[in-house]
Amino acid sequence: MIRSVPRVSADQHGADQHGASHGQTLLLRASSITKTFRADGTAVSAVRGVDLMLGHGEFAAIMGPSGSGKSTLLHLLGGLERPTSGEIWLNGRRVDGLSQAKWAVLRRQHIGFVFQFFNLVSNMTVADNVELAALMGGATKRQARERRDELLADLGLSAKADAAPARLSGGEQQRVALARAMVNRPSLLLADEPTGNLDSSGSQSVLRLLTRAHADGQAILLVTHDARVASAAERVISLFDGMIADDAAMRPPRAKPSQRRPAPLPTVLRLRG
Amino acid sequence: MPLLALLAKEPAHGYELKMLLEQIFGEAYPSPNIGQIYVTLQRLERNGLVRSQDVVQQTRPNKRVYELTDAGREALANWVDRPSDGPRIRDDFFMKLALSPLAGATDRLALINRQRRNYLNQIRSLSSLASVTEPGIGRLLIEGAMLHLQADLDWLERCQEELV
Repeated sequence: MIRSVPRVSADQHGADQHGASHGQTLLLRASSITKTFRADGTAVSAVRGVDLMLGHGEFAAIMGPSGSGKSTLLHLLGGLERPTSGEIWLNGRRVDGLSQAKWAVLRRQHIGFVFQFFNLVSNMTVADNVELAALMGGATKRQARERRDELLADLGLSAKADAAPARLSGGEQQRVALARAMVNRPSLLLADEPTGNLDSSGSQSVLRLLTRAHADGQAILLVTHDARVASAAERVISLFDGMIADDAAMRPPRAKPSQRRPAPLPTVLRLRG
Repeated sequence: MPLLALLAKEPAHGYELKMLLEQIFGEAYPSPNIGQIYVTLQRLERNGLVRSQDVVQQTRPNKRVYELTDAGREALANWVDRPSDGPRIRDDFFMKLALSPLAGATDRLALINRQRRNYLNQIRSLSSLASVTEPGIGRLLIEGAMLHLQADLDWLERCQEELV
């Protein structure tokens, strides 16, 4: 990991290094991954040597300005793009060289991917979008239906099961996308700006779901520009120019604030007599 | 000025004003120090914006009750009508960032990273506070603080792009 943070001073590093090294067993490890895009003879380095470890059940957010390589990094980790160099290990298995077909199998079973623009199948109902993902992940028809119904109920979407995705609000569509990503109970949920397109209440409901998935033991790695979303994570990684500039463990949220409450107002005023 | 506004409805004494501020603005608002409230009330009285009188209490020491004067009412109306300043041009962190090389600290990235962690942790505390705060003035105050912190984080990215 040292190489990913060459510009971070030694005192910051060390004390706050976090994640897989702290008891959680390793789920994902990327070492020295790079991605260079070539177009018209020019090469653009989107990811320039990232080392990253994520433990089982860990919740981390990646932040950084646009163009810092956050989405590309997430796509590399989810097998949607192939790294130019470096290694990616998932559950102790090297996966960076896998074929697209093998990655697709891996994604169906172990990795849920949520996109900013939902990517739902528009000519299928909400229920079928979720059920199809379960069937593709290897569930039997009955299992697929059960999990679909359970998830849609959990997400408050039962009433919309037979609707086309386009009839739903952005927040609802993103919840369907989350249901689809979670239907095979993946050990890793990758989310690319999952609230980027939502209003504040839509963001809140997606955030609640992610927090609950995390509480259920799923590891989450999400890219976001919204600090309120990032602050729900236990760890925030700052990406800059395709490299990790900081990797910070967040303080555990403080215990419920004291129930300190001033005495009810009318009583106070009546004291004056 | 908030004290003048609280006194606009009816006269009150210092401790009531403190309770009112806490009640309206909720837990995110830094609880006003009773001493500061009395000092402010004295200043307002010197400036002719409030006047006070002692009220005799049987079982307790007398208390001093404050009420708005006409000048205070006018000052309050002016305050309400005037738009408030927006951007914070004086920013303590930015002073540090700009001047740190003079102080011999050359690692601006370390400074930025520390500040980012601080902002993120503040947002985290505010989020958990927001989740147990009823909708209303207190919650809007928290949401405003979070949006300001988001802007501070965006600005931090700009500083990092330019200066590191």
